[in-house]
Amino acid sequence: MSKRVAIIGIGTTGFRATTPDVSYRELTYEAAMKAYLDAGVEPKDIGSFVATSEDFLEGYSISDEYSPDQLGAVLRPIYTVPGDFIHSLASAYMMILSGVGPISVAQGLSKASNMLTLSEMVTFGMDPIYNRPLKESPHAVAGLEMARFLYETGTTREQCAKVVVKNRKNALNNPYAGHGVLVNPDYVLNSEVISYPLTQMDISPHSDGAVVVVLAEEEAAKALCDKPIWIRGIGWCSDTPGLETRNWAEAIYAQMAAEMAYKMAGIRYPRKEIDFAEINDEFSYKELQHLEAMRVCKKGEAGPLTEIGGTEITGEFPVNTSGGCLGVGNLYELNGGHKVFEVVQQLRGEAGKNQLKNVTTGLAQSWRGIPTTTGTVVILSN
Amino acid sequence: MEITKKMVEKTATKLTAEEILEGKVLSVKWEPKLKYAWDNGPAIGRYLAELKNGKIIAKKCDKCHRIMIPPRMFCELCWVPSGEWVYVKDTGIVNTWIIGHVDWKAKRLDIKGGVRPITLSIIEIDGASKGMGILHHLGEVDPWKIHRGMKVKAVWKPPEERTGSITDIKYFKPVK
Ligand SMILES: [Zn+2]
Repeated sequence: MSKRVAIIGIGTTGFRATTPDVSYRELTYEAAMKAYLDAGVEPKDIGSFVATSEDFLEGYSISDEYSPDQLGAVLRPIYTVPGDFIHSLASAYMMILSGVGPISVAQGLSKASNMLTLSEMVTFGMDPIYNRPLKESPHAVAGLEMARFLYETGTTREQCAKVVVKNRKNALNNPYAGHGVLVNPDYVLNSEVISYPLTQMDISPHSDGAVVVVLAEEEAAKALCDKPIWIRGIGWCSDTPGLETRNWAEAIYAQMAAEMAYKMAGIRYPRKEIDFAEINDEFSYKELQHLEAMRVCKKGEAGPLTEIGGTEITGEFPVNTSGGCLGVGNLYELNGGHKVFEVVQQLRGEAGKNQLKNVTTGLAQSWRGIPTTTGTVVILSN
Repeated sequence: MEITKKMVEKTATKLTAEEILEGKVLSVKWEPKLKYAWDNGPAIGRYLAELKNGKIIAKKCDKCHRIMIPPRMFCELCWVPSGEWVYVKDTGIVNTWIIGHVDWKAKRLDIKGGVRPITLSIIEIDGASKGMGILHHLGEVDPWKIHRGMKVKAVWKPPEERTGSITDIKYFKPVK
């Protein structure tokens, strides 16, 4: 790779179940102001902006037209990616590589609390001919996947419950997280059944918030920033969308996205060469499934590793020190944003009570949620 | 052209709207229930609350000195937090307008039958910076006599009917 690119600024509002005091405009403005201040840049210094939004989640058609003001991007090069935040990060990275300018910005936002018919919106994402007429709850898709994953890997519901306990506990020490709580595995296992084997506590509650990240090409990064966090590899991938034809046990999209990022980063043994990871855990089992897909664990080994505390903050491979989606909240298209934010904080040594010792390389992974088979991965080093 | 026509005749099956509506053709129907409750935030929130009071409020940028309406918490051009709240007048001038013969659902209005055309206008509000104002209907005016720069004033709903909405103003009418 000819140019090296680093993250030189991050900003967030934090993540809360509701944000009745602000509109989406003020949410992004706050995150952007913090990120630009952190990076030591002003909007005029930024060559291009990439926003993330999904019309049905925002409740506007062409919601991307409402992105420029709060980013300081009026009459500037900007476009919107209707995907995960890490897709936007990849776009912002490519902007620099392709010479649009040495500095670029990626933005993501969640106003999940403003969606009153969330379940209907997710159902609206299902195939209208084959699937929607069956009128299933969207969580049925997660239940189907969880059942097949448990069956093929020998993972247990107890091991999934441990993921919930761990992540919601980690969130208690993350001031940005909205859903920290101490629970025991029995509480998770005995919570209300949604789509067996999936229970209420296996599902991440939603949150609002915004994240803005500033990227810079090597020379600018070194001039502006004491602690640049380098993008070493980035990848994204989508599987076939059909519910009838997809692989239900293995998250191949996550595997392929990770392999793309590993190749770029020159990583052969992820478990050894990466110190920690923020993994999409919108549902408890997804953390385990994603860890196995990305070769951090062998098939069927993520559950046992979690059971013995191997993915705790004190464990050999810490996962979701932030609290993950389960503890921070499901942020929809912003899910990758809070993952990147946490990895950068850890690599800078700014993660507070959840700070890991001696970490040099971290991975952030995301998934676009039900009913998608789209995943994104970024590998960062200090 | 001739080839296309022949191809259609040979390969296509002609369908009428009736056949589709009567369910003689395979079809799927789905009505999405998409509901949102957007948080206003302080700027839009106060703007709407003031409309309910029969007043129009703007916000000032301390850097470029624009009086911005609708009000916003930051100036999108200077990219700094906005300053004080300022009341502006409920009068202004017509910047641009239409004489609409179709409604917002693209339904043709029976103009010849006496239905009034839609007269929607961008109104530059007095007291706000140039080029800033309100999108609203014009009323009590012959549509064909509207002109650029025409002075107009808000016609408010009675206080008890106001809900904190842009429709608390019924329309703008010409004034001398
Ligand atoms: Zn200004």
